[in-house]
Amino acid sequence: MECYFDNSATTKPTQQVVDAMVDVLTNCYGNPSSLHRVGDAASDKLQAAREAVAKSLSCDPSEVYFTSGGTESNNISIMGAAHALRRRGNRIVTTCIEHPSVLECMDRLSEEGFEVIKLPVDSSGHISENDLYDAVNEQTILVSIMYVNNEVGSIQPIKAAASAIKRSGAPALLHVDAVQAFGKLPIKPSSLGIDLISISAHKVHGPKGQGALYMKKGTRLATYILGGGQESGVRSGTHGMPGIVGLGTAISELGDIDANTAYVASLKSSLLDKLQSEDNLVINSPDEFPYILNISLLGVPSEVLRNFLSECGVYVSTGSACSKGHRSYVLTSMGLDTKVIDSAIRISFSRFNTEDEVCYLADCLKRANKSLRKVN
Amino acid sequence: MKEIILIKNGEIALKGLNRSTFEDALVKNIKRRLSLILRADITKSQSTIMIEPVTENPDMDAAVEAIKRVFGIAGFSRAAACEKDMDVMRQVVVDYLADILRESKTFKVEARRSDKNFPLTSPEICRELGGEILSHFPHLRVDVHSPDLVVNVEVREKYTFIHGNQIKGAGGMPVGTSGRAAVMISGGIDSPVAAWTMAKRGLVLDAIHFASPPYTSKRAEQKVHELLGKVSKYSGTINLLVVPFTEIQEHIKDDCPEDLFTIIMRRMMMRIAIELAKRQGCGAIITGESLAQVASQTLLALGCTDAVATMPVFRPLIGMDKNEIVEISRKIDTFDISIQPYEDCCTVFTPKHPRLRPTLSDVEEAEKALDMDALIKRAVDGVKIVVIDKSLDI
Repeated sequence: MECYFDNSATTKPTQQVVDAMVDVLTNCYGNPSSLHRVGDAASDKLQAAREAVAKSLSCDPSEVYFTSGGTESNNISIMGAAHALRRRGNRIVTTCIEHPSVLECMDRLSEEGFEVIKLPVDSSGHISENDLYDAVNEQTILVSIMYVNNEVGSIQPIKAAASAIKRSGAPALLHVDAVQAFGKLPIKPSSLGIDLISISAHKVHGPKGQGALYMKKGTRLATYILGGGQESGVRSGTHGMPGIVGLGTAISELGDIDANTAYVASLKSSLLDKLQSEDNLVINSPDEFPYILNISLLGVPSEVLRNFLSECGVYVSTGSACSKGHRSYVLTSMGLDTKVIDSAIRISFSRFNTEDEVCYLADCLKRANKSLRKVN
Repeated sequence: MKEIILIKNGEIALKGLNRSTFEDALVKNIKRRLSLILRADITKSQSTIMIEPVTENPDMDAAVEAIKRVFGIAGFSRAAACEKDMDVMRQVVVDYLADILRESKTFKVEARRSDKNFPLTSPEICRELGGEILSHFPHLRVDVHSPDLVVNVEVREKYTFIHGNQIKGAGGMPVGTSGRAAVMISGGIDSPVAAWTMAKRGLVLDAIHFASPPYTSKRAEQKVHELLGKVSKYSGTINLLVVPFTEIQEHIKDDCPEDLFTIIMRRMMMRIAIELAKRQGCGAIITGESLAQVASQTLLALGCTDAVATMPVFRPLIGMDKNEIVEISRKIDTFDISIQPYEDCCTVFTPKHPRLRPTLSDVEEAEKALDMDALIKRAVDGVKIVVIDKSLDI
């Protein structure tokens, strides 16, 4: 049996996504910037995909910019906002559990002389709202906070970040890395007070190499990818039509997000029920985002458990796929015991996982707990 | 004019009556390495091997890269072979060496003639060709003491050879002239360097890797394939023997004192390696151990390991510092692969406080808990062989 439980690393594209992408490559090869019929056909598909993204974020299509993925959306937002607003202040507020594509930008900005505040998290992986209100002052030009953490699934207080900016009277933009949340939690930037949102196609059964950026109307960023001026100059370069259409298709297939979440929550609780009587089991995730479940089998190193499960045809990850070989900085920031960190694995669900798969996963975990030799 | 390669033997030239055995092995190795790049006549004379391509438009850049990795060659030159005629030689020297002449500031011409019937003497050739070069490249100056470029002109039996500075060879002895040995390879920085170092002394290599799934991952084994691929660019074909080691490690973990885990594991590895090495017809074991680097590499620990060795164990890195080893690993391009973070069998179950001064009697006593023969037999029977050879890749 093959069971894929690493959906926060990436997902399998649906058949409709693949078909739509093949169709574009085969039948709609035009450049959407070309002003003739072949270009028009591509331009129509581009617009349809943009509308699909806009609908999913309850925003205007003109606020959607296509990018190559979450990393690029994060880079464009953070570097672009900091450099555009540098005359209005010097402080940037973020958290210590962001994705590397955020943290690396922050380190660069810090080298450039910006004052970067990285908020700590508690043992459940949340920043504190009080810390937010304290950190955001009138010198703040950017607040960047992930919606859902990729390793443990903690949901961050985005609304509080927006309130903190308003209360301080800062010129700050609010950027939200919503790569894990998109398609799973409802995201409405206008009611949450968000200026910039990063999303990625391949976390929602779309293709790799495709992402999008929501940018609130009237927001100005410094730009880096210069060229033909596509995407209103925010991200020049000929549109990657297969990816864009793939993203649009993946979104149109999401269905009822709340119903998906309820279903995934039932899978997660079923798994935990089955593992209830296991010794050495520790749950590292807060109980709020069912798609991500981080657990430790104490004494079994993460890699060993991952290898064992892989041999069984069950695929999970250790920490996040982007940081293999290092002790997780997210779990370390949560102040977890090194024993817990060194044996942590992440099980991440998709709406396409089944109860049968969950049964098999539980069986394999039990077998691992029994047969693998523990280290101290 | 055609382009050829002139090879100067290294240490081989110092050999006595058996010199031709070494030269023949070297020629054979060169032929094989060039086999997918070009066809060539290879001839030996006066401790020089000449490679004369017979393929049309041969890829000489690829040939040079291949020759650089053949052990037994001290240095070599890429040369023009032209008619023994001064007009032709004048033309060739400025055309063939044009790029390097443009890049240099100073030069001198060194001429030799083994054909004493050639109408000009060596000093006359130097003067003639030096003048020709200066007239075409007026930015150059002659410097007979330390020139940027030495233009070599060799008037031989059939051709005149014209070439610039010599290219450094890989040194050492031709692979195959020293016999065969098995290297124990983990995936770290040291063992590939040890393997390369001993291949340089003329050994054909087999490799033995211990895999402990699920405690070690497929990537760890894949990494060993890649490392050996790099080494094989110098050594030629390597047979990799992958030994299933999980059961043995689990037994040591369950049945032996924790602080002796590493040393007992090393002894088990050595026993299995020797068994396999004998089967493969090897005369020695090679390891990447360096004295005092880790707990299993203290003098006493090495002694305990060697107590089960029934053939020579070569440890070419024993007296080297880590940075010296790293330097070689960068040179042979294994460093970046070695540092990929995939756990290998040596790090599984490693005790927090291994015993640094194990006594042989303690270790032997502790090993009594193991059903030694059966464990070794099962491991040896489970060996999987992978043939690795990237030496012909262009």
